[in-house]
Amino acid sequence: MRPALHAEWTKLRTVAGPLWLLLGMIAATMALSAGAISVVTCRSAGCGADLTRLSLMGVELGQALAVILAVLIISGEYSSGMIRTTLTAIPHRTTVLAAKAITLSAVVAVAGTTAVLGSLLAGRLILPRHGFTAARGHPALSLADGPTLRASAGSILYQILIALLSVGIAAIVRDSATSIGVILGLLYLLPVLSQVIGNPHGQRLLQQLGPMSAGLAIQATTDLRNLPIGPWAGLGVTAGWAAAALLAGGLLLRMRDA
Amino acid sequence: MTPTVTPYRPGQRAERDGFLQLLHAEWTKFRTVRGWVTGMVVAALLVVLVAVLAGISSDQKGSAPVPIGPGGEPVTDSFYFVHRPLAGDGSITVSVSTLESSIPKGLGELQPGIVPWAKAGLIVKQGTRQGSPYAAIMVTSSHGVRMQDSYVNDTAGLPGPVSARSVRWLRLDRSGDAITGSASADGTHWTKVGTVRVELGPTAQGGLFVASPPAMQGLGTTGSVSTAAFGDLRVQGGWTGGEWSGELLGAESPTFSGFPGNGSGSFTQSGDRFTVTGAGDIAPAVRETLPTGGTRGDILTGTFAALIAVIVVGALFITTEYRKNLIHVTLAASPRRGRVLLAKAIVLGAVTFVAGLAGAVLAAPLGERLARANGVYIFPVTSSTELRVALGTAALLATASILALSVGTIFRNSASAVTTVIVAIVLPYLLIANPFMPTSVANWLTRVTPAAAWAVQQTLAQYPQVTSIYKPYDGYYPLAPWAGLAVLAGYTLFGLVVAAVVLHRRDA
Repeated sequence: MRPALHAEWTKLRTVAGPLWLLLGMIAATMALSAGAISVVTCRSAGCGADLTRLSLMGVELGQALAVILAVLIISGEYSSGMIRTTLTAIPHRTTVLAAKAITLSAVVAVAGTTAVLGSLLAGRLILPRHGFTAARGHPALSLADGPTLRASAGSILYQILIALLSVGIAAIVRDSATSIGVILGLLYLLPVLSQVIGNPHGQRLLQQLGPMSAGLAIQATTDLRNLPIGPWAGLGVTAGWAAAALLAGGLLLRMRDA
Repeated sequence: MTPTVTPYRPGQRAERDGFLQLLHAEWTKFRTVRGWVTGMVVAALLVVLVAVLAGISSDQKGSAPVPIGPGGEPVTDSFYFVHRPLAGDGSITVSVSTLESSIPKGLGELQPGIVPWAKAGLIVKQGTRQGSPYAAIMVTSSHGVRMQDSYVNDTAGLPGPVSARSVRWLRLDRSGDAITGSASADGTHWTKVGTVRVELGPTAQGGLFVASPPAMQGLGTTGSVSTAAFGDLRVQGGWTGGEWSGELLGAESPTFSGFPGNGSGSFTQSGDRFTVTGAGDIAPAVRETLPTGGTRGDILTGTFAALIAVIVVGALFITTEYRKNLIHVTLAASPRRGRVLLAKAIVLGAVTFVAGLAGAVLAAPLGERLARANGVYIFPVTSSTELRVALGTAALLATASILALSVGTIFRNSASAVTTVIVAIVLPYLLIANPFMPTSVANWLTRVTPAAAWAVQQTLAQYPQVTSIYKPYDGYYPLAPWAGLAVLAGYTLFGLVVAAVVLHRRDA
């Protein structure tokens, strides 16, 4: 396993793309979060907004770059033919996929942590200037606050799970454009499509099943009872998606010719 | 005599260099790749599938019917009406000295508040059936005296609010189907506000009314109740039935949210003085007052799914050439690179347009029929709007696919190209769907980002005389339909030009 990990780390480290994608992920997350924070204002007591969730909104955009990186790690090898060299060097294919998943998780965790902490810091600095003060029932965002800590740690886990889901789907689909279409469809489309389901139960079910709509429940800190799914249960749904995709991707990698 | 030598000119030469030949080559490439053709068919099917899903999953059977106005549009027609029958011609005059509104604050307690379009005045209406034609003259809280008829028409009269010190006199004269409204600040000098023609039938109902529409509060609206004091009520002409009777019209209507805080409408009479309390509105219905209603844009939500499919195909149409090194052959056969890109854009755009049009034309009527069968009210559209939505949806998909082609040419990497275009068009829509998003930001996002193109599917109209939160997410876009699409087209044109420049400058 160690040589496989070392090989994957070398591949990731020695091309420029992954670094730019990770930096882009941090920048995109923080930019959207800061943008979302800077447009809300509170003029009187009890504005009722979920400020932690608002400050972490950038994750909705940042995850797209993690998806690109995850897909390129797999389908990039297929399009360049590198996959044959990789599998010749390490014939145990499950090890290859595991090494890729572990390396990716590590770098996404680092970038995700930076992005989440940066977004929270932006919220802590900007929100009080927009009227969200302690006097109006909105203390400054802090990791010492239990729900905010859960939302932040959960957001980092969420981004890792989305990257793993993408690795699994890329291993199934192999073509990069189609993989991206499938993954972004799963993430972004389900919340949009659930709006047209006229039956409230069907709508709720779709929101509970969508990897993004369920997983981002981890970011909620207020009004937890009205969420379609509980925070940790929601992240569990995303983990289920990632596990299923990795399992199917691993099996297909073993069974198919590369 | 020397024979003239005709130089050899191959007949096919000109044609092979021709643009038509280039188009034919690109079309051949497109139709012979099974995945791309499948992608386009899938895109069309997704539009239809989601429309069917939207239709069959809705269930509003047994809900009260939506009141329909004389123009066929859904209306709110719930208000407190103090009325007597009016057979034939006649007139009615009254003075209004106060109009006060209350809105719930915090835990349902009513407090005095401003409801800009609270209305109190005179009305002559065909009958007490909801949606029947009417003409009315009224004072409003913040918009002065108005004359309104047939739910959608609104004319301004004397400005300024009403109070005990600035009493407003109002008069309606009926002559056949012509109703003239007049207003006065002193009861002697009258100013005509307008004359309208309304189909009233032989015996109409006329009298006093009070309506109090929802008022803005925080990020939403809240129900309100208003009370007006009337005096000097005089009637002339064919008024029958000596007593005034009061009732809340349209109490059980889906466009009426009820009284705040368990209140109810009422009136008291002492001589020619009346005090009337009412809620509701007489106005066209909007998304907020008719939340159960669906629109054609809702039915066509599958466009989002189709969009992802056509973006993937659009990006692959160029990036595959790079991956398979076919681009060398393509550019060797046709060295003018800009023309290659243009030919690709035309072929891709045309195929996507046809697929999108087929999907939209099938999906919209099918989804609407299924939804109506389940009791869902669909906001009506004219046939020209229907055509615009179908053509606009197809054009949106075609433009997005060409944008994906351009970005794919610039990046030469399908993963980044597909993500960029999907994020640019779909993410702003997800952001405006967030309930915390202020309307001003949502409007800004749907003006400047490629998501402005969704405006092409809007079918709802905004009314200045109806206070509501007109959010893009509810189908009220800040840009006109084709202007919204033009924003996406602008991005696409820019992308195409940049793509042509880099294709020209770079080695393939």
